[in-house]
Amino acid sequence: MALLEVEQISRYFDGVRAVDGVSLAVNEGEFLSIIGPNGAGKTTLFNLITGTDQPTQGAIRFDGRSLVGLRPDQFAGRGIARTFQHGRVFGNLSVLDNVLVGAHTRRKASRPRNLALELAGALVRSREARAEEAQLQAEAEAIIARFGERLTPRLHEAASSLSYANRRRLELARALALHPRLLLLDEPTAGMNLTETAEMLEFIRQLKAQGLTILLIEHKLPLVMALSDRVMVMDNGEKIAEGAPEAIRNNPRVIEAYLGQKQPRPEQTVEATDGSAVAG
Amino acid sequence: MDSFLRVFFDQTINGLVIGNIYALIAVGLAIIFGVGNLINFAHGSVYMIGGYVGWVCVTRYGLPLPVAFAAVAVVCGVIGVLIERFGLRSLQNAARISPLLATIGISFILDQLVQIIFTPDPQSFPNPLPSTRIPIGGGSIGTLDVLIAVTGLSAAAILYVILRYTRLGWALRATAQDREAALQMGVDVNATNRWAFALAAILGGIAGMLVGMYFQTVYPTMSFQAGLKGFTANLIGGLGNIPGALVGGLVLGVVESYGVAVLGPSYRNLFTFVILIGMLIFRPNGLFNPRRQPPPEPLTGTFIAYRKPVRVPRWAVITAAGVALALPLFMRDPYLLQVLTNAWLMGMVALSITLVTGTAGQMSLGQAGFLAIGAYTSALLALRLGWPFELTLLAGGVLSAGLGTLLVLPAFRLRAHYVAIATIGIGEIVSQIILNWDSLTQGPLGLTRIPPPSILGVDVFMPREVYWYSLALLLLAALFQWRLVRSSLGRVWRALREDEVAAQAYGINLYRYKALAFASSAFIAGLSGAFTAHMYTYINNETFNNSTSILGLTMAILGGMGNIIGAIVGALSLTILPELFRGLVDYRYLFYGLVLVLLIRFRPQGLMGTE
Repeated sequence: MALLEVEQISRYFDGVRAVDGVSLAVNEGEFLSIIGPNGAGKTTLFNLITGTDQPTQGAIRFDGRSLVGLRPDQFAGRGIARTFQHGRVFGNLSVLDNVLVGAHTRRKASRPRNLALELAGALVRSREARAEEAQLQAEAEAIIARFGERLTPRLHEAASSLSYANRRRLELARALALHPRLLLLDEPTAGMNLTETAEMLEFIRQLKAQGLTILLIEHKLPLVMALSDRVMVMDNGEKIAEGAPEAIRNNPRVIEAYLGQKQPRPEQTVEATDGSAVAG
Repeated sequence: MDSFLRVFFDQTINGLVIGNIYALIAVGLAIIFGVGNLINFAHGSVYMIGGYVGWVCVTRYGLPLPVAFAAVAVVCGVIGVLIERFGLRSLQNAARISPLLATIGISFILDQLVQIIFTPDPQSFPNPLPSTRIPIGGGSIGTLDVLIAVTGLSAAAILYVILRYTRLGWALRATAQDREAALQMGVDVNATNRWAFALAAILGGIAGMLVGMYFQTVYPTMSFQAGLKGFTANLIGGLGNIPGALVGGLVLGVVESYGVAVLGPSYRNLFTFVILIGMLIFRPNGLFNPRRQPPPEPLTGTFIAYRKPVRVPRWAVITAAGVALALPLFMRDPYLLQVLTNAWLMGMVALSITLVTGTAGQMSLGQAGFLAIGAYTSALLALRLGWPFELTLLAGGVLSAGLGTLLVLPAFRLRAHYVAIATIGIGEIVSQIILNWDSLTQGPLGLTRIPPPSILGVDVFMPREVYWYSLALLLLAALFQWRLVRSSLGRVWRALREDEVAAQAYGINLYRYKALAFASSAFIAGLSGAFTAHMYTYINNETFNNSTSILGLTMAILGGMGNIIGAIVGALSLTILPELFRGLVDYRYLFYGLVLVLLIRFRPQGLMGTE
């Protein structure tokens, strides 16, 4: 059974079909990339899979259990973590605190079910809560250290002071602190230069090697080709193709969608059949 | 015609007449919301000033009505332009909630100015129109009813023509749709805003004058309620929707009128606020926009100016607390001790606001409601059941936390401006329930002979003992809050403040943590209210009012949002400063309004920085 199963999911906004009857399945340990032109509905699909937005219709199952109707925090509680397209770090919190918030769902001692107990626990911390805090903090620092010297020297600085690329790294670190069973990355290299992109590619490759199940939205096709087990292509809210990276690269519908033309006009025919135009 | 029908007819006419006035107020608010994305809290004050200008013209100088109307239009129009200048334009790059807070400050200033000039007492405004009544069907309507109806209709018609057929109208609508785009197409957005504010203020001022004539009285505090009626009418029609505001005003007027006929006049305002909250919960987009989520909030962002907090070393905090504790040994002036006691009690209010608004990012403009719940709980337990003070105080805090949180619960899925309106509404609902639940609260008479604070059975009433007691309570509350804010719970609150969507995506349950924030805040506020009740030995429904909420917020902003030491410093400064300059005591709320406006403009991070 697939870890994530999405069946005929749709999201309409006032008549606009942002996502229209998309189905997909991701197996444990698999790496699936979603590509498509801007406005194809990729991020809306991510929002549906992470509970940030609710589908107009369709079913989402994770580990065999339905997710429809749950709150976004419950999606996170099941082990789904994401990064955001435009980066949504907690600007006024330190780098370390950002990552610790990511570990929220893993707290036990400092997060009892009873509301009053949680308040009391915050006032007077139990030995277990203190041990848990120390352990999560050590782990958060370890996750941050995986980015080398990029974030560690800025551990106690406000996230808003970070460079754009560092914010993307911080978001990824925060997602990893959740110990996700499914990780959704929305354009993790957007706005990064070539070196930074290569670094991020290596980082994601390591995550994949660890056996993490990953869904990736990305425009940089070389990255997608290097990482993906499977690629799914979206256009106008629909899935137009799915398959192995090599097959997708040469799929005429994909090429057409990327160049935005239904019938190749004579003067553009050559360009439209050229795979390199797609990669650019 | 039988009597039921006659009452029904009369109440419908009454409702439509009052509704016309609400519509005039609401339309002004809608215009301003449209162009400025701002809920103008000073609008009620402009309305009140309209009433006063009309009264001065007609009653004092015996001027004819058309001249009075013209005077109202000119004065209010100018005030509208000033509000745009200081409440909106100079804050264009500030946090998006700043203009709202600035207009609150401006309304404080305007209300106080009127009180200073004309005294707080109501002024009689005899209706200058002939008192003939025109029979219609089985009932009759008065000349004033006709005047109000005609004014309402012609205002609507003129507005329609302006919006539809004039360059100004096009500019207004373009600016409302997309400010940036309008700017790029050569619309002078500032001039447009200025005109919008002037137009809105003229409508509001005329409404105020008509109301003054209708109820034959004008008084300074008529502004606050009128503003809330305007918001409610606006919400019924959908924020910023001008025809919606017209209909909303009429609907509100009629519903209120029927409600009053069935339940009695003291329920009039309660009705409004229940409608207000109901609209926020079920139809935050208004009656005419069904099946939609609340709009993508254009006004996101709390009042947090990113600035590192001033780190106060621990020894300095302990020394300061020690000095405060030792003070009565050297200073025995009971008046000064009383002033400082008030500062400690307001300090708790500021703490409670800085927790929920600063740390957790949930704007609260109704903190007085929590104080009142704490005060009444504690006073009633002492009076009726004879509980000892320690227990009634605690019960006041706990009930304020529980009941307060339940009341705010429906507002949890709202954001920014909507939360601000909802919390104001909730504060007012508490006050209205206290007013109307006679059997428990003795209504406007209030609770008298509340026993003084005591400790282990010993009454505490000497000024310096009360000083120590209140200071101890403040220090405990600060310690309580410091522990919370420094815990992982505090971190969750700050994450929620920074970005609700991202926080939820990381497993933070919005409702749970907003509830915990409001509960902790209401607990501290409830303690302060309870202590105050026993200290004064008397409370009524107006002991804790809107001014208390806004003053507490000003103190929190002055100290720096989310900053615990800052909140206490803010409370201390704002309580003591008017006392230092003897002349200021009578004008203290004028001073508070000025402080709020200046802070937001020049030092939004406050004295101690935000945390």
